[in-house]
Amino acid sequence: MEFEPVIGLEVHVQLNTQSKLFCSCPTNFGAVPNTHVCPVCLGHPGVLPVLNKQAMENAIKCGLALNCSISLFSKFDRKNYFYPDLPKGYQVSQFDKPLCHKGHVTIVDTGVEKIIGVTRVHLEEDAGKLVHAAHGADSGVDFNRGGIPLLEIVSEPDIRTPDEAYLYLTALKAIVEYLGISDCNMEEGSLRCDANVSIRPKGQKQFGTKTEIKNMNSFRGVQKAISYEIERQKDVILSGEKIVQETRLWNDDKGSTFSMRSKEDAHDYRYFPEPDLVPMVVEQKYIDTLRENLPELPFPRMHRFIEQYGLPEYDADILTGDKAFADYYEQCASVCSEYKMISNWMLSDLIREAGARKISFADAPVTPKMLAEMISLISNGTISGKIAKIVFIEMFDSGKTPSKIIEEKGLVQISNPEELQKVISNVVAQHPAVVAEFKAGKEKSIGFLVGQIMKETKGKANPQLVNTLLREALG
Amino acid sequence: MNLFSKTAAELLELLKNRDISAREIVTSVFNRIESVDSKVNAFAQTDKESALKQADAIDKKRSAGEPLGMLAGIPVALKDNLCRTGYRTSCGSKILSSYKAVYNATVVQKLITADAVFIGNANMDEFAMGSSCERSIYGATHNPWNISCAPGGSSGGSAAAVAADETILALGSDTGGSIRQPASFCGIVGLKPTYGLVSRFGLIAYASSLDQIGPLTKDVYDSALLLENISGYDPSDSTSIKQNPFSYTSTLKESIKGLRIGIPQEYFIGGLDSEVASHIQSAIKLLAECGAEIIDISLPHTEYAVATYYIIATAEASSNLARFDGVRYGYRTEESSDLHDMYFKTRSEGFGDEVKRRILLGTYVLSSGYYDAYYKKAQQVRTLICRDFENAFQKVDCIITPTAPSPAFKISEKIDDPLTMYLSDIFTISVNLAGLPGISIPCGFSSSRLPIGMQIIGKPLGEQTILRCAYTFERNTPFRTMKPTLE
Amino acid sequence: MAFSEKDVDYTAALARIHVSEDDKKVFAVQLEHILAYVNKLNELDTQQVEPTAHILPLKNVFRPDTAMKNPASDAAVQQAPYFNDTFYRVPPVIE
Repeated sequence: MEFEPVIGLEVHVQLNTQSKLFCSCPTNFGAVPNTHVCPVCLGHPGVLPVLNKQAMENAIKCGLALNCSISLFSKFDRKNYFYPDLPKGYQVSQFDKPLCHKGHVTIVDTGVEKIIGVTRVHLEEDAGKLVHAAHGADSGVDFNRGGIPLLEIVSEPDIRTPDEAYLYLTALKAIVEYLGISDCNMEEGSLRCDANVSIRPKGQKQFGTKTEIKNMNSFRGVQKAISYEIERQKDVILSGEKIVQETRLWNDDKGSTFSMRSKEDAHDYRYFPEPDLVPMVVEQKYIDTLRENLPELPFPRMHRFIEQYGLPEYDADILTGDKAFADYYEQCASVCSEYKMISNWMLSDLIREAGARKISFADAPVTPKMLAEMISLISNGTISGKIAKIVFIEMFDSGKTPSKIIEEKGLVQISNPEELQKVISNVVAQHPAVVAEFKAGKEKSIGFLVGQIMKETKGKANPQLVNTLLREALG
Repeated sequence: MNLFSKTAAELLELLKNRDISAREIVTSVFNRIESVDSKVNAFAQTDKESALKQADAIDKKRSAGEPLGMLAGIPVALKDNLCRTGYRTSCGSKILSSYKAVYNATVVQKLITADAVFIGNANMDEFAMGSSCERSIYGATHNPWNISCAPGGSSGGSAAAVAADETILALGSDTGGSIRQPASFCGIVGLKPTYGLVSRFGLIAYASSLDQIGPLTKDVYDSALLLENISGYDPSDSTSIKQNPFSYTSTLKESIKGLRIGIPQEYFIGGLDSEVASHIQSAIKLLAECGAEIIDISLPHTEYAVATYYIIATAEASSNLARFDGVRYGYRTEESSDLHDMYFKTRSEGFGDEVKRRILLGTYVLSSGYYDAYYKKAQQVRTLICRDFENAFQKVDCIITPTAPSPAFKISEKIDDPLTMYLSDIFTISVNLAGLPGISIPCGFSSSRLPIGMQIIGKPLGEQTILRCAYTFERNTPFRTMKPTLE
Repeated sequence: MAFSEKDVDYTAALARIHVSEDDKKVFAVQLEHILAYVNKLNELDTQQVEPTAHILPLKNVFRPDTAMKNPASDAAVQQAPYFNDTFYRVPPVIE
């Protein structure tokens, strides 16, 4: 039997506001535990929340970027449950009137565009962090994170493969980063993802029983966990058993999911409108202004790259997947019109060399101006592509400009026919046997001769010119 | 006459003329507490030393000619659910018996600015859940008019302290009548302001959409005076009304000629004590003689108010009281095997029966499958109750009703019958559901010499009107001067 | 709707309150009594009535996004019944 997976993702994004959602405590990561706290976010008796305006604005921006409808009337609700990291015994969240709903994200899967629906985007407060100790010992709670604004972005069950899930997350992350509203760092927990996974026989309309997978800490982890879960569900069904609706935790080391088997009672969150907060009522004009001021987003930018720079979709997709990367590209492209060559150098050499040095491309000593200059030097024939590889690495190590490196190292390409002819006659004279082979019709032998000429000129010979002159010499 | 038996206005006059010092007032009040509180038990805690220090600081300021706040040197008692930095604020509950507030409630901050002198925290029903002030870890408070009677609740400590002259001013909180009903039982003035007029920041919540802080005082003038010192917009409370400060004392003496007073027929049927009914009728007659126009009105959904209230209040309470879990402050059970066990033991040991009962009821009405039938239904009926008032206020400027269906009942008389206890709030609850201001003032005494209260309900932000009406009534009756005999 | 001892169990578990067997019987009877009274709301047809969300016509109450360390931060943390190593301590969470 062939199965079709049905996947929905619930992503939590921590907003990078200066202060928390309902109090003025700072939000920066890495502070000493329980120092970024106050009576309000610790849920002391008698305190009241007051909404951070920037958090609401960021949530609406995100909704707009995800093509959502923005609710003109929205409110907060209390989600009631007990957990030691939840100071008030309820989380202030949004239930039936989320800020944003009905949007979508476009992903590009091996050249094919697909639309993934976004059910809703709502604003809520983060919980603190529970630190589990060794077996039997007390657990610790740090409330620094408690009360930081969180966006919950819920997708429609439109995702069909683990790869699509990965691409959706990448696209979502890119959008949020373009907006500048979150650090999107999965390791620091500023982006978190849970997955709802079910499978059904291909062709069946009705959804199968789903499981909720938690505890993934990277996009690859999400991809792997979903793959594992799909296979597990297939095995369960094929062995004649039923899928149990439950929450399962992903164990990255073991590469498997396991049931939480929690003592926790049935989830009965007893949502009701938060009486301590008043509704958010926004005007269309306000939304329009926010929309007009949105930055260009990854997907439209990709299409512009294809149009404007004549790039293949593959290049444009990767370049625009990261705002800073795309900005780098455009800085190069503003001074050098070898658009495809810029893309090639960025996608291969820049990424590779930065990776080898374990730094971000943004921290590389090679500035867009330097890369553009180097590419211009290739295109005007000053240096060969081969020499450029040397120049590039030198730029990376020394931070010197390409012209300076070429000058210092005497790397200018030899394009003087007389100078080259001398080298060619020498090489031809030294290798009579190879020359004979070539004349007898062994075309490949010319490669050896070119190699020898390059060796003599330390790679500086203009390859096209060598080729022409050598063939002339061999008559 | 002893200083403790005077009103804030009288004392302020004496202080201004330098006839007395703040220290003398505080000393007098504490002498009174020492002589009668063993009978009344109005306080959860008092702090004489601190009060004298505050008084001395104010006396010093006065003699140095420094500017002074409007309540400089006047003793005030806080209900035990108002946070004051460094002081135990326990809501009469074991679960907060060790909690020391780490910040000042906005009203406390305002009273500090006004140079009032804090003398201690008044007793209350645990978490303000009660109408008799019997449910407190500090024991029951007794009605100064008859110590075998309850002072009403939940601000019973505040009301009894004012009635027994153990303080000059007191603050209470009112969720379903918790200021007005004890004021009525104790023969004093209790005002519940319009929802949002006084900041709730620092008031330990019972039911957030209903709670309001208000004054309990010896007379109407003091009520207006205290209100003008605690009201006003507060950016820390999202439900605070952006309202300019208003001098409620300045308009008290204006005539009530032409004031249209509504009498809702639904408040004068079955279950109303006949003595209460006749005193309210006489009061209405007197107001008519003062020039008010008396108009019969109808508030048709009155009979649904108690049911509506107990759904909404308990639902909110079940959530508001979830934070008391033994993790961050307050009581935690001595021993527990795991987290689950810790939660259950802490909360079961920390809360009293009535609090548990209301948490269970509130949890139930919000739980899966019942939300629409109870919580949503109640909020719909609440809309109908609000509309009743809106319609009535098209025709009248204020509404007069009895504050409670009877004078004070005996201590422990209703403690085992929650529903009967709930019904003693029947006349005060609608006002909270509609967010309106209401004041209770004494309008007579029963044959057994227990005070009877009259409630005047105003339009939203109609405090000025109800205070003026109350003042006129008070100045034309002798009840203000009557005191319980406790000696 | 009747309120049974089972309902007491369910709500008490949700509310993290332990109710003894004796109390359970009393609570069930009392709550049943209260709910019977509360059911009088069903006499009213409220199909066309908006529920009251807020009594005040307030909307859009915000604070600006400025961070500030709260002066009561230390005092607040010191209220913890169990605290060490900069963490609040709770009994082991069993999952």
